[in-house]
Amino acid sequence: MNLDQFKPLTVYTIYIAATRDKVWEALTSAEFSRKYFSGFAVEMEPRLGGKFIVRALDGSEHISGDVFEYDPPNRLTVTWNVNWPDLVAKLGTTLVTYEIEQAGEAVRLTMSERHDRPLSDDILSGGRTGWPAILSGLKSLLETGKAPQIKMAPPVQMLEALKAMGIKTP
Amino acid sequence: MSKPQFVYVTYIETTPTRLWEALTSSEFTKQYWFGAEVRSDWKIGSPFALLLDGETTDSGEILEADPPRRLSYSFKHQKYEELRGEPISRVVFTIEPFGSLVRLTVLHDGFVEGGKYLGAVSNGWPAILSGLKSLLERGKVLAIPRTALNKGFDAK
Repeated sequence: MNLDQFKPLTVYTIYIAATRDKVWEALTSAEFSRKYFSGFAVEMEPRLGGKFIVRALDGSEHISGDVFEYDPPNRLTVTWNVNWPDLVAKLGTTLVTYEIEQAGEAVRLTMSERHDRPLSDDILSGGRTGWPAILSGLKSLLETGKAPQIKMAPPVQMLEALKAMGIKTP
Repeated sequence: MSKPQFVYVTYIETTPTRLWEALTSSEFTKQYWFGAEVRSDWKIGSPFALLLDGETTDSGEILEADPPRRLSYSFKHQKYEELRGEPISRVVFTIEPFGSLVRLTVLHDGFVEGGKYLGAVSNGWPAILSGLKSLLERGKVLAIPRTALNKGFDAK
């Protein structure tokens, strides 16, 4: 995989009152992710080349990938491939990178979603809608000990665009 | 391709009224907006100013005011020479109830292609709005240094 071909098409930055270790843990453990990520369980083998899975409530692998860059608690890149038929064949691989930096007493978390080809705003709307909700929840969880229930409607705009490309969606 | 603009969405455990107050009261903004004060009577057509240490850094006028749902003002930088030549931009705050939360969408547009102002604004808003969320949810802002405003990603 040639990294240079991947361009960030969605970037979201959020500052969190927590340690970098805590933010890393919240991003990579099921115990945390279930609380802020609509019940999804993040399962990661903590090493370069390890498996990265986002498991749905029914136990299925919603997202499967591998750990592509592993530098705890500073930087993590995973392949983030949604397991819908033909999706990866038609949209290419998605890379998600988390950068975790100290900013005074807070931590700056920057999520970049990178793709190896241009994608329409409709296709990208799924992530652009989802990431702010996911990362707002993560921040609240780490700062207040409680994650708010952010109930997201299905990403209709993205689902329609995927359907138009012949990608089967649930 | 999309026109040069900055959009940021955040979900906050608060009420629309409290969020409106946090956006329009200097008591609040001084805490999360790195010391900045907002000055306006928040009526459509009235002047708007942002002050830092008593000095006006940005000014404009109120374009929309529909408390506690929508607020918009024009925004022209006054302080730094290299940003002063940029056109007047616009900030729109949209406040929507979202279950037990409030969804805040900040749209900042009216930039020129390849200008410096969009980059500055794109670095600033995430730090400011993260502080706002912390203040409303836990009664305490984040201790982020002002230099954080100069870092982050370069907006495309």
